[in-house]
Amino acid sequence: MNAFVDPAGMAGHSGMTKGEVLLRVDNVSLAFGGVKAITNISFDIVKGEVRAIIGPNGAGKTSMLNVINGFYHPQEGTITWRGKVRRKMKPYEAASNGIARTFQNVALFKGMTTLDNIMTGRGLKMHKNFLWQCLHWGPALREENEHRRKVEEIIDFLEIQAIRKTPVGRLPYGLQKRVELARALAMEPELLLLDEPMAGMNLEEKEDMSRFILDVNQQFGTTIALIEHDMGVVMDLSDRVVVLDYGRKIADGPPEEVQSNQDVIDAYLGVPHEN
Amino acid sequence: MLYREAGQFKTTYQADQGIFPIAQDRYVVWAFLAVAFLVVPFFVNDYWTNAVLLPLLIYGMAALGLNILVGYCGQISLGTGGFMAVGAYASYKLMTSFPEMSMIVVVLLSGGMTAAVGVMFGLPSLRIKGFYLAVATLAAQFFLVWLFNKFGWFYNYSATGQISAPERELFGVVLTGASAQTWVKYLFCLTFLTVFALIAKNLVRGRLGRNWMAIRDMDIAAELIGVRPLMTKLSAFAVSSFYIGMAGSLLFTIYLGAVEVGEVFGINVSFLVLFMVIIGGLGSIVGSFMGAAFLVLLPIFLKNFMVDGLGLMPVMAKHVEILLMGLLIIFFLIVEPHGLARLWQIAKEKLRMWPFPY
Repeated sequence: MNAFVDPAGMAGHSGMTKGEVLLRVDNVSLAFGGVKAITNISFDIVKGEVRAIIGPNGAGKTSMLNVINGFYHPQEGTITWRGKVRRKMKPYEAASNGIARTFQNVALFKGMTTLDNIMTGRGLKMHKNFLWQCLHWGPALREENEHRRKVEEIIDFLEIQAIRKTPVGRLPYGLQKRVELARALAMEPELLLLDEPMAGMNLEEKEDMSRFILDVNQQFGTTIALIEHDMGVVMDLSDRVVVLDYGRKIADGPPEEVQSNQDVIDAYLGVPHEN
Repeated sequence: MLYREAGQFKTTYQADQGIFPIAQDRYVVWAFLAVAFLVVPFFVNDYWTNAVLLPLLIYGMAALGLNILVGYCGQISLGTGGFMAVGAYASYKLMTSFPEMSMIVVVLLSGGMTAAVGVMFGLPSLRIKGFYLAVATLAAQFFLVWLFNKFGWFYNYSATGQISAPERELFGVVLTGASAQTWVKYLFCLTFLTVFALIAKNLVRGRLGRNWMAIRDMDIAAELIGVRPLMTKLSAFAVSSFYIGMAGSLLFTIYLGAVEVGEVFGINVSFLVLFMVIIGGLGSIVGSFMGAAFLVLLPIFLKNFMVDGLGLMPVMAKHVEILLMGLLIIFFLIVEPHGLARLWQIAKEKLRMWPFPY
C-alpha cells in the first residue's frame, strides 16, 4: 500500500530524535473576557508519540490546539517549540514551523478539487516568484510537477486516487475528512494536530482512519496530537493521554493509568457498567 | 459531447494539468484563435468593430480582472468604473507627457498604476468582508471619479474637461485617433486579451491562484496551512486592478478616443462588469468572456430584432430592451446561480451520457 512513499523524504525536519520533547506548554492560561477557557495547563509532547487530549465538551481541548498553532494567544504561560520559547506568532508562522492541523468541522476549500486542496498544502514549500507563475513554464512548471509528484504519493498513501479531480464539496463526509488529513500531510508537518478526526464516522471509516493515523506516525515519524471522543480509539492509538475538564488538567499519563484514574472516571468516562 | 477523452492517456503530470486536457478541445481553441487572428481582420467593418468586437474584447478584459478578485479571491468590489478611469487617465497622461512611448508600454504602465491604486483601496479587505467591503470599494468609485473631475492636471486643463487620445502609431500603422483603421484596433485589443487571458489562467492554476481560492473558500483554514491573508488578498487586488486598468486604458485610447469621466466610468460600469462576472460564472476564466458576450451582444440583438424585425420605435425598443435584460438576468440567476460557465459544464456532462439520463 505504501510502496511509493519514501519516509526519509517525507520527514524533512529539525533533526530531533525520537523521545526528545518537541513541544512543551507551561502554565498556559487563556481567557475570553470573563470566560476562562484554559487555566494553568502544562504538558509536553515528545517527538514521535501519539498524544491524545480528551475531556468532556467545553473542556478547552480545541482551544488548546488553537493555542498550539498560534490562532489564540494565551494571556499567561509559555510555549516551548523544539527547545526554544516561542514568541507570539501568527498561524502561518506556526505552519511554516512544521505544525499542521485538521478541523473538527471539515474546513476544506469546497470549490476546489481534491488535488488542488492538497496542492494548496504544499504552498509553503513552493518558492517560484510571481513572474514565473504568470508564465507557468520552465522552472515554475518543473516546481509544479515536483510537488504534484509528492501530492500523488500522499494520494496513494491515503487511497483517494479515484476522487483526485472531484470538487471536495461533492464528496461524502468520511472522504472529506480523509482529504483534510491529506492536505495536512502535504505540509510534511513535524507535529500534526488532529481535532476529532473520527467524529461522525461509521465503524469501518473509523478503522481506516485509525490505521492511517498509525501509519503516518510510524512511517513518516510525524508526532501526532489528537482530540477524540471515542475511548476505544484513544486507548488503542495513543501513547500518552492528557485529560482536561473545565479548562484544567486533571490527569496525564499512559492510557491504562488514565482510564483507572478516579477523577477522570468522575469527570468524563463515567462508571463502568456492572455486569 | 460528440467526443470524449477516451483513448487519450496522460503520461506526464504536465499533460494532465494542461488547460485543455482533451485533444479535440485544443483543436477547437486553436482553430478559433486562428480565425480570430487571421481571418476576421480582413472582413471587419466599422459597425462590427465598434458595436460588437471592441466592446466585447475590452469588457472581456475588465470582467476577467474583476473575476480574479470576486470569483477567485472572494473579495467583492464595486470600484471597477473608478479603476477603469485610473487606467484611462494614466494612459492620457502618459501619452501626452511622453509622445514617443509605445502604446504597448502605455497600456501596460496604465495597468501598473491602476494596480497600485487598487492595492491602496484593497487594504481595508483585511479587516472587513462581504457587503462592508463592497461599500468600501464603492467609496473608491466615487472618490476616483470626483478626483479626475476636480483636478485639472489630470485632463491637462482642457476647456471641456474631456480627455482625448492623440494619434499614435504602432509598427508604422496608425493605432489611435480618428484616422486609425478598425482592423488595427481590433488586432491590438485581441492580442492583449489573448495574452492576458493566458496569463490569468496560468496564475489561477498555480500557487497564487490556489491561495486565492483557499482564502475565498475558508480563510481561517487557509491561514492555518500557511497562506498569508494580507499578501494574498492584496495580490488579488493588484492583479485584478491591473487587468481592469488595462481595460480602461484600451476603452479610452482605442475604442472611444475621447471620454468624460462621469459618463463613461460611472457607477453603472461597475455594476455592468459585476453582472458580467456573476452571469458568466464566478471563478471561471471562460465565464468572464461568456458574461461579457451576454451583456454586450444581447442588447444589440434585442435592439435589432425589435426595431428591424418587429418595427418598434427605437425609443420603445430601448425601454423594452432594458426590461428584458433585467428579466433575463433574474431568470439566469434562478436557473443557474453559478452562471453560464456552469451551464456549459453541465451541458457537457449531460452530453457525455447522452442518450442516457445517467
